[in-house]
Amino acid sequence: MSDILRLDAVSLAYGRLTAVDKVSLSVPKGARHALIGPNGAGKSSLFSVVAGIRPPTSGRIEFDGADVTEVSEAGRAAGGLVRTYQHSSLFLGCTVLDNVRLAAERVHGRPLRPFRRRRRDAEVTERAHAHLASAGLPGRHGHLAGSLSHGERRQLEVAMVLACEPSLVLFDEPTAGMSAAETDRFAELVERLPEELSMVIVEHDLDVVFRLARQVTVLAAGSVIASGTPDEVRADEHVQRAYLGADSTDELFTEAS
Amino acid sequence: MSPADTNAADTNAADTNAADTNRADTNAADMKAASMRTVMAVPSVVRGRAGRLLVPLAVVVVLAALPLVLGAYPITLASRVLAFALLVVSVDILTGVTGLPTLGQVAYFGAGAYTAALVGIHWTSNAAVQLLAGVLVATALALATGAIVVRTKGIVFLMVTLAVGELTHQVAASWTAVGGTNGLAGIPPISVLPGGPALTLSGFVYWWVLAVFVVVFLLVARAMRAPFGRTLRGIRDNEPRLRALGQRTYSAKLAAYGLAGAVAGAAGTLWTAQARFVSPTDLGFDVAAFALLSVVIGGAGSLWGPCLGAALVILVRDEVSDYVDGRGPLLLGIVFVAGVYLLPRVRAVLGRLRAREKGFP
Amino acid sequence: MQYAVTVLNGLALGAILFLIAVGLSLVFGIMDVLNLAHGAVYLVGAYVAVALIEGHASVAGFVAAVLVAALVGGLAGAALAGMSIPVRGHLDQALLTLGTALIITELISEFFGNEVRSVAPPPGLDASVGLFGQAYPAYRLALVVVGVVVAVGLHLLLERTRIGATLRATVADRQMVEAMGIRTRRLVISVFAAGAALAAVGGVLAGPVLGAQPGLDDTVLLLALVVVVIGGLGSVRGALLGAVLVGQVQALGVALLPDQASFLLFAAMAAVLLLRPAGLLPARGPAHA
Repeated sequence: MSDILRLDAVSLAYGRLTAVDKVSLSVPKGARHALIGPNGAGKSSLFSVVAGIRPPTSGRIEFDGADVTEVSEAGRAAGGLVRTYQHSSLFLGCTVLDNVRLAAERVHGRPLRPFRRRRRDAEVTERAHAHLASAGLPGRHGHLAGSLSHGERRQLEVAMVLACEPSLVLFDEPTAGMSAAETDRFAELVERLPEELSMVIVEHDLDVVFRLARQVTVLAAGSVIASGTPDEVRADEHVQRAYLGADSTDELFTEAS
Repeated sequence: MSPADTNAADTNAADTNAADTNRADTNAADMKAASMRTVMAVPSVVRGRAGRLLVPLAVVVVLAALPLVLGAYPITLASRVLAFALLVVSVDILTGVTGLPTLGQVAYFGAGAYTAALVGIHWTSNAAVQLLAGVLVATALALATGAIVVRTKGIVFLMVTLAVGELTHQVAASWTAVGGTNGLAGIPPISVLPGGPALTLSGFVYWWVLAVFVVVFLLVARAMRAPFGRTLRGIRDNEPRLRALGQRTYSAKLAAYGLAGAVAGAAGTLWTAQARFVSPTDLGFDVAAFALLSVVIGGAGSLWGPCLGAALVILVRDEVSDYVDGRGPLLLGIVFVAGVYLLPRVRAVLGRLRAREKGFP
Repeated sequence: MQYAVTVLNGLALGAILFLIAVGLSLVFGIMDVLNLAHGAVYLVGAYVAVALIEGHASVAGFVAAVLVAALVGGLAGAALAGMSIPVRGHLDQALLTLGTALIITELISEFFGNEVRSVAPPPGLDASVGLFGQAYPAYRLALVVVGVVVAVGLHLLLERTRIGATLRATVADRQMVEAMGIRTRRLVISVFAAGAALAAVGGVLAGPVLGAQPGLDDTVLLLALVVVVIGGLGSVRGALLGAVLVGQVQALGVALLPDQASFLLFAAMAAVLLLRPAGLLPARGPAHA
């Protein structure tokens, strides 16, 4: 199977500080891949490099077989590499429907068209409604996004990401700040997403990681120290040492932060 | 992966499918319910749509009838209000819809006004030709400057657009080819039909100004309700998010800047058509400030509100001024300051009333 | 040696621009407010000079004008700061300062009329000195010296004192400084007041060169804005570099292409925005929007 995402010796340095150090990584199509590591391991830096928010200092990023190292964030998203936000990031002054339409428009419409086209617009609207429904938010489309509750905002986020029709979704600590019940609901939602959709999840909450991911990569001090199935990673000595400097694996999997 | 896991995944997939069908059902049911609601609500919908058409139509009819009841002086004033209102619409496209506060639209307004004046003096009195030339020059200037300006945002955008406006003002004031500080006088009256008579009566000029205003306003309103307008509102609310959704926001902002430049250019040609005189004061700092004030008091983001704001500002500056001993600007300054403190309260009250009307908080 | 004179004129203008722009830049850096009344405060300074020393030049009178302008400017700045702090949103803040500017300039033209007024340099500096075989006004040389002294003083204040350290930290990250328990309100008001005082003093000092007239506030505000855009927001070094550059461009433009001097200024600003969107020497720390 071909890879959807491939990192080749990607580094990111801020001045003299190297946040990401020659990370190489292959994510096959349809993967559920998690990226974990203790605080300061370089997860967020790697995330921003993959999403295209920062250019890497060196290395090469390949997405769906094409070199995207020089491609902007918007360009990568247009190509199907879409990120989510740790805290929901919406268009608060627009209606719920318009939030989703803004995403669907880019895929199926012409976002700069200065006049309306009945059939095209209806199609975009229909798709937006469908995505709202699959995110569990039907019937709220006329409300302002700013009037939604915290949980509903996360659902709207999911609808917007789906509306981009991505081939790879980058989740940025999706369950940060969620209650246990919300986390559970979120995990269910992700589990129901289509199989062919690839995912890379950067996450603190290891319970979620081991529930959702089939491949786990562990970062420490900017480098990959282990990679494998959840069971392999769980058993890895380096991981235990890097995470806690301790020999107890129990602690590793109970501490969330 | 253990066989049990695979099994679980399969069940999951099946679940997903079932859930999908379920959701599709609910969706269909929802839509049916919605259409039922639409059917039952027909009278109010008709009223709504008719209302949406009737009110603007009535406004246009009343505006068109003004020359039949008003004298030459108030009609000239009305022409001035409409031309200025179009400039305010261009400011609103950027400030209200796209969230880019600007003090620079006077540059393109001036480009349109001076182009129309030069065309009128040296080439033809045909108003349509002047309009076209003014819009073209203003749009070209807006795209050329906008390519740099829209890279900035927020307060820096305000700063840079102010600099663009002021620099254009200074160019106009120091360039002898366009009359320097004296401006351009002796512009012949416009004609509307090719080879037709010159419109010397202010009523006819007003009708031309009104016609252009209505057409441009409708085109802008259409664009703001189309996907383009939605994209611009997305930029206003959360530009980084829009980029993360795959939208290249630079091109959208540049397009908005070009459109706003074109509208300001059209406004400039109307200004020249009614005043038959252009000078650097027409694109001064205070004009830019008044345009921005009109947008704020009229309600940034709505299109007709700022036009009312424009009428109010011009009336205070040009008319009430006489009653307060030529101190209109002083009065406006006080309005600015008072507005900043009072408007949020007024808006809060209005918002609460509107929310109660719609029945949700 | 015509060129040397142009360079000197540019430096003198740069010195005045620095006095004005540094306040604009720091106020922006510290509280994210674009003070559009900054030009009006400058004009107040210019008219303080007109009121006190027009027609009867004396060293004591000139010094008095500088002190009065600093006081009036400082009070105006503190008042503006007090008015702006509770106002949220760039647009509202811009309107507030714009309205204040309108009120101030209207009141000035009410009291002083619309004619161009001029102020003589203080005795002792009203002569010309021989420079490169030409007579050059001594007062302009003095302006350059004042500019250098103020720049060095501000630099020392910012880099060597506790207040300076707090101020730099506030420009870099206001929330963090507030979280550390430092009350920024008084600091913000002081910076606003000091910046306005400098602008008003600039009005007095520029009097013998630029005179005083309604509309001068817009010109000066524009030049200061270009200085800040070119130099980078929130930094003293940026304002200094920007002021020197704008002074040179403007002097050169006026000498070579009097008709199109504004084009040159615009080109300079466009070039900087294109190559270094944050300006040449922006404040260190997280970039501002």
